[in-house]
Amino acid sequence: MKIFVCVKQVPAVAEVRIDPKTNTLVREGIPSIMNPYDKNAIELALTIKEEREAEVIAISMGPPQASEVLREALAMGVDKAFLLTDKAFAGADTLATSYTLSLAIKNILKESRDKKEYLVILGAQAIDGDTGQVGPELAEELKIPQITYVQKFELKQEKIVVERVFRKEEVVIIEAKLPALLSVLKEINNPRHPTLSGIVDAYSKKDVVILSANELKPNKRKIGLNGSMTEVWKIFIPERKEDQIIIKGTNEEIAQELCRNLRNDKIL
Amino acid sequence: MSIFIDDELCTGCGNCVENCVFSGVEIIDDKAIITENCAFCGACLDVCPVNAILIESEEFKGDKIDLSQYRGVWVIAEHYQNIIHPVAFQLLGKGAELAKELEVNLTFVILGADFDDQLDKISLYGPDQIIYIKSPILKHYYSDLYVEALTDLINENKPEIILIGATPTGRDFAPRIAKRLNAGLTADCTGLEIDQNTRNLLQTRPTFGGTLMATILTPNSRPQMATVRPGIFQSPEKMKKNTEIKKIEYNFKEKDLVSKIVKVIDREKSTINLEEAEIIVAGGRGVGSKENFKMIEELAEVLGAELGGSRVTVELNWLDQDRQIGQTGKTVSPKLYIACGISGAIQHLVGMQNSEIIVAINKDRKAPIFKVAHYGIIGDLHEIVPVLIEEIKKIKNEE
Repeated sequence: MKIFVCVKQVPAVAEVRIDPKTNTLVREGIPSIMNPYDKNAIELALTIKEEREAEVIAISMGPPQASEVLREALAMGVDKAFLLTDKAFAGADTLATSYTLSLAIKNILKESRDKKEYLVILGAQAIDGDTGQVGPELAEELKIPQITYVQKFELKQEKIVVERVFRKEEVVIIEAKLPALLSVLKEINNPRHPTLSGIVDAYSKKDVVILSANELKPNKRKIGLNGSMTEVWKIFIPERKEDQIIIKGTNEEIAQELCRNLRNDKIL
Repeated sequence: MSIFIDDELCTGCGNCVENCVFSGVEIIDDKAIITENCAFCGACLDVCPVNAILIESEEFKGDKIDLSQYRGVWVIAEHYQNIIHPVAFQLLGKGAELAKELEVNLTFVILGADFDDQLDKISLYGPDQIIYIKSPILKHYYSDLYVEALTDLINENKPEIILIGATPTGRDFAPRIAKRLNAGLTADCTGLEIDQNTRNLLQTRPTFGGTLMATILTPNSRPQMATVRPGIFQSPEKMKKNTEIKKIEYNFKEKDLVSKIVKVIDREKSTINLEEAEIIVAGGRGVGSKENFKMIEELAEVLGAELGGSRVTVELNWLDQDRQIGQTGKTVSPKLYIACGISGAIQHLVGMQNSEIIVAINKDRKAPIFKVAHYGIIGDLHEIVPVLIEEIKKIKNEE
């Protein structure tokens, strides 16, 4: 069977800061990394491959430098990697992204013997956009069932059994047949680190295959900006409050003054 | 849309690169170059000192539709054990404002098995119409059934705005419906407004882990779909209203399902309910130790408040994870939020800045928490909190 894993290169958002003096973004030196959830998706694919004959294929859409995260995927043990890159894909929202990814998957499946028995795995969301929308939209493009927010997975003969988290007090065990698409939570596993020989292989024996609009032959109205129904109108740094009261004095005075204010506000 | 750099004007100063969150521009050979990552947000235009950047809006070449056929605001509910998720009522509160501005009806949609008795009570939250899709199988949530039934309903009625709670359930079916309808969908919104000229919904949401906010539009398609973060908007005051109730019996069959629910595990319900707490007392790194946290607990106790904390307090094991507030924890909006020893990283602020009154106690006068606080106390919480506890006890005794 084929297992497709979609990965995304993202900025390490934990390191994105706002300069408090100028109220501007400090983005110097912020490294690009593989979206952390995607490592869990790769790990799951590789675990399945240990039990069953499978080919694990990583796919990413992005600028040419996104091939770095695909090399990392190859180093972890993924068999093949495809980068979808083209100026025509630029400005894509989740609708256009899921369409473009679906073309690559369909293309690869067309040349495969077992067209029906496949899995698509994604991280539950990317840490830069935090939308988690590409998974369900990709499942809809491929017309296959989706199970999102998966924290446990088991592959039985012809079906999968997974645990999906709805909320703290509710976990649902779901069965589905293949093909299917899963989005996974971090709880599902601990991603492996690339081994030294894995890294050597990723750069010597394996390659990142580039697919552009020429190869994918998309409907031009469904890619890039034209395929995107949402538009970023503005990006801004969250506003801060100005009209505040600083309470000063001895500890007793502070406590009394605060309580007086809170009573006036009808809180106490 | 296309973006151009005028090479003759560009000085290669790099302001655009510094202010671009998408890595959509680079400096190569002292000139700015736009990359594939560009999202056309225009942030670089505002900071270019020589006006060398130009965005031209071209005619939209995607699939076009007649926007004027679409009218009305919808809220889609989710439920668990026959109880509607509170975010649905919060969305009715916001939805009513949007519907009023647009001069259209507000519709509440429920897919369920056993809500007949609750419809009158739900109408008190102010919808003009309730559409109740009824089928025994809808006792539980199934992706494919929600997508099928809702897509039919949307195609038939053509609402212009659809609001859905940004819960794991809402975030599961909303994108799939959006794809089937080729509709724009914005995830996890925390702000919603109407642009009166275009009737566009301005959808604001945190991005980059909450460091930045983005406002998203869906100018060329309808419906405009948004999932909305729970705990941001207020449930409306209940009132009597003549709500039209439309019940649709649906005949789903078990064999229609592409996936099957084997078992629903009902874990012990958490008694902590930060989202609905009226008062929250929260501690941060400044509390200093697990031992010291008892003082924060005592303050919460005398106020009848819930206890919360920043991420670091959970990581240090001073506090249970259920009590974490912020981007990766709960989003809360109590009447009173007292932040003790919390510096106020943006990831924490996004989870509590909608609180009605914020009190910050911190040693560092430059701590960002003071930027959102209504009352700021600059000092040592270990000295102030015990005095405050005594003062509150005194007031409570007088009452």
